[in-house]
Amino acid sequence: MTTSRDTSSDITLLSAAAAVDAIERGELSAGELFEAYRAAAAGDELNAYLWVADEAPAPAGQDAPLRGVPLAVKDLFCTEGVPSQAGSKILEGYRPPYTATVVAKLAAAGAPLLGKTNQDEFAMGSSNENSAFGPVLNPWDRARVPGGSSGGSAAAVAAGSAPWALGTDTGGSIRQPAALCGIVGLKPTYGTVSRYGMIAFASSLDQAGPLTRDVTDAALLLKQMVGHDNRDSTSIGFPGEIELPRSGSLKGIRLGVPEELSGAGVGIEGGVLDAFNATLKLAESLGATVETCHLPHAPHALSAYYVLAPAEASSNLARYDGVRYGRRVENGGLVGMYTKTRSEGFGREVKRRIMLGTYSLSSGYYDAYYGRAQRVRTKIADDFRTAFAEFDFVVTPTAPSVAFELGAKTSDPMSMYVNDYCTVPMSLAGIPAISIPNGLSDGLPTGFQLCGPAFSENRMLEAAYALEQATGFEATGARIHA
Amino acid sequence: MIDREQVLHVARLARLELTEDEVARMSAELSDVLGHIEKIGELDLDGVPPTTHVVEVSNALRPDEIEPSLPCEVALANAPAVAGGGFLVPSPQADADPS
Amino acid sequence: MTATAEFEPVIGLEIHVQLSTKTKMFCGCALSFGEPSNTLTCPTCLGLPGTLPRANAKAIHFGLMIGLALGSELAPRSIFHRKNYFYPDLPKGYQISQYDEPLCRGGQLGDVRIHRVHLEEDAAKLVHAGSSGRIHGSDASVVDFNRGGTPLAEIVTEPDVRSAAQAREWLTLLRTTLRQLGVSDVNMEEGSLRCDANISIRPVGSTALGTKTELKNMNSFRYLERGVNAEIARQETLLRSGGHVVQETLHFDPQTERITSLRSKEEAHDYRYFPEPDLVPVSTSDEMLAAARAAMPELPAAREERLQSLGISAASARQLAWRTELGDYFEAALAAGNPPVGAPIQPLANWVCNDLVRRVGEEDPNASQVTPAALAKLVGLVSEKALTVSNARLVLDRLVADGGDPAAIVEALGLGAMGGGDDVLDPLVDAALAANADAAEKIRSGNMKAIGAIIGHVMRETKGRADGAEVTRIVRHKLGL
Repeated sequence: MTTSRDTSSDITLLSAAAAVDAIERGELSAGELFEAYRAAAAGDELNAYLWVADEAPAPAGQDAPLRGVPLAVKDLFCTEGVPSQAGSKILEGYRPPYTATVVAKLAAAGAPLLGKTNQDEFAMGSSNENSAFGPVLNPWDRARVPGGSSGGSAAAVAAGSAPWALGTDTGGSIRQPAALCGIVGLKPTYGTVSRYGMIAFASSLDQAGPLTRDVTDAALLLKQMVGHDNRDSTSIGFPGEIELPRSGSLKGIRLGVPEELSGAGVGIEGGVLDAFNATLKLAESLGATVETCHLPHAPHALSAYYVLAPAEASSNLARYDGVRYGRRVENGGLVGMYTKTRSEGFGREVKRRIMLGTYSLSSGYYDAYYGRAQRVRTKIADDFRTAFAEFDFVVTPTAPSVAFELGAKTSDPMSMYVNDYCTVPMSLAGIPAISIPNGLSDGLPTGFQLCGPAFSENRMLEAAYALEQATGFEATGARIHA
Repeated sequence: MIDREQVLHVARLARLELTEDEVARMSAELSDVLGHIEKIGELDLDGVPPTTHVVEVSNALRPDEIEPSLPCEVALANAPAVAGGGFLVPSPQADADPS
Repeated sequence: MTATAEFEPVIGLEIHVQLSTKTKMFCGCALSFGEPSNTLTCPTCLGLPGTLPRANAKAIHFGLMIGLALGSELAPRSIFHRKNYFYPDLPKGYQISQYDEPLCRGGQLGDVRIHRVHLEEDAAKLVHAGSSGRIHGSDASVVDFNRGGTPLAEIVTEPDVRSAAQAREWLTLLRTTLRQLGVSDVNMEEGSLRCDANISIRPVGSTALGTKTELKNMNSFRYLERGVNAEIARQETLLRSGGHVVQETLHFDPQTERITSLRSKEEAHDYRYFPEPDLVPVSTSDEMLAAARAAMPELPAAREERLQSLGISAASARQLAWRTELGDYFEAALAAGNPPVGAPIQPLANWVCNDLVRRVGEEDPNASQVTPAALAKLVGLVSEKALTVSNARLVLDRLVADGGDPAAIVEALGLGAMGGGDDVLDPLVDAALAANADAAEKIRSGNMKAIGAIIGHVMRETKGRADGAEVTRIVRHKLGL
């Protein structure tokens, strides 16, 4: 996308909701829109895509609510006959014989598959540098990371090569790249969206969600994603329906600002904090009250997360053994084949987490690590319950910094892990959270995170919409850079 | 701290083969991460129940009804090696002494 | 330990039972009965990325029935765990099983206490393919996932078994119980019932437990008994020669009767159990309990008790109760014969347990030519003294071979007992005494054994239709005894 655009006729500048309306009114053809995005995705220079559709699939029914507006899907969602590699060499070229429930649901709702987006390998990472297929570049500054692990989805939406995208969030993997790319990312309540067909990272935390240009698009996509799936035992669906937000007011809304996640000494970058505080002021001007609140166990969330998620991952990734699918490297006997296949197939970060998880589950360490981390998880969920007795939403900066430079944190795992500091507590509690862009710091977007009690998506979307209207962040801002 | 021997033991459990450099790096990195993680040891968690699932549902049971299976060729389509309608693997018996 | 010390074996059993559900434990694939390999698989039981397990309600139902049958405590809440290890027959790199919160705890069957019952998924089948040359010329195996994911109930006993014979006998009772429940085919040869034994020995009188070994792969009742005996003998020899038993997993080869160590590198086993995050807890609801209770048939132990209360001997009651099909046959015959209240029914039990079993062997008598009604009629003829016991056995032979009506066979062969009147038997006895003067003399002098010759003579003359007891009475009368 190096050529400048004629914004008056560029249909890819339409938000997804606007495109749905235009198609509905007969002002735009779904086929034309698909082709425009297909061309944009095929011409992507950010390495955001790992696969792009050759042609538009057969259109869903006339009444399909999403009217054929195409969808970019994170690589780890299984798509029948289409490469689904979870960003890993161990699954290079893997084409599943079935499609993930949520992708099938969205296709049936009129959002056909546009392409598969790049990601950190098995969703482990916060910069997209852990992809076996190379890093994704941030459309705001190609020397910087887009965040991760849903970095390809975030970059594609921000750069305009997809109207919207699916991502997954385990500890911040939707919200953090959304923040770093200046778009909206929503992690729903755990269990509202089926996990069937999502290549697992950490089963008790993984949740699919939308990455979109604005809050309305997020609501529109989420509406078609939620629902009970009897293929997923942990699926509970959503009580009622997701509504499109309409109100521009925050009147009477009580926002809690947790000292533990936004106070001094937490390590949040100045520019990010400035934007955060400006948004709080704006919220007050819209009728919200803003007060400090406490999540006493939140500082331990990252520790608990880095026990639980790697432990589950170490088990979830045991199936990559070179027997039934994926890469296989022969090396003498069976054990030799296993170890060679896995050692060559997995990247460094994945191996690190498998080691960490295997260690914390191993004989003699379970109680000290896994058992304790599960109890910390209980305390963190309790903290949120207590906070929500007093506040409608808890708000934090989404990420402690704006997009950092490629390679800046790859040598030190801990420095990378702290990117999840503000997003992990909600993941552990299983509650919904949304990140909306709330400004720029040194020309790079910052993110503002709202979270609410389980199943509060509708109220959360309303509040986010109100803030979005007031901040006036330009959803297509990244394109002047990309 | 996680020492070289522990790294090798865990790698064996996880069926990973590490080079000497990787063993050293893994030992340092995991020790660093575990150093942070061990702070949860300071919390008083007596009597706190563990959370396995954030949303407490139970009995997500499936009726005992047959669903279609995959044709054999589809089941085997992604296999790196097949023979006689099955997935071909090096024989476990050949690893008399797995180490 | 002195060389003369007497040892006592302490044995606990671990039984894996394939449940007779229609579908697998965690997916909708049909269970396999010898279909071509890898034709009963789906993304879930192949462990494809992104797939999730869904627990089979019927398997839980069967698990609860087993718990009820064994008198276990049924957990109000149980959960699944992952047992992590690598093996080609394990597609996910972990087996979904239960760990510290199983479906059932405790219980007792016969003289053996139950430790726990839990549910899990079976492994796939790994077939050694020989040296295929395809993998650097080394040995290869082929994996068939048809069996993978079959629901299993694992029943673990307390170490209450004291001999190989007891192990075999108890496993028979368990098999009958499970068959009666209808939860499994319980066929050891086909692998739907598998038994491992944890075996240790200790000096008689000691209460401490010795080091145990786990003996696997005893795929028939005979091998179980032989394997356990072989391991007890091995441990005794070891201890008597001053050695000590090493805790390990052993394999019994029924061909050679040799015991070999499976894996001495047990240290490599660290299963890293943790709660399966893809499954939610099983809460045993009142409805589930009621459904399990409603599905319970009469179990062997209860049947044994009931049969005894009907006046059947302890030995016959056990035989009839522990061999379900025999008990069913007996009860059908009893109903068909419709004996008057208070009439002894032990004779019928004897005919079923002894004469019939001797003729049909291990076969199901219900599938034989002899209908329960026919046997009841035959036994009725005997008790009415219309047929002698030995002729009744001839009739039974005929029934087993061709079926039919016992009365018609008696008629056709002219085997009916002679009328009891002295008019008929008197001249026959006189002739017999005359023809066997030596025997008559011996009887007179008190040697009653000699009466056999007289009776034999009468039987020959009457083709066995005479009543032996009647003949004896007449002989004694004539000889003035």
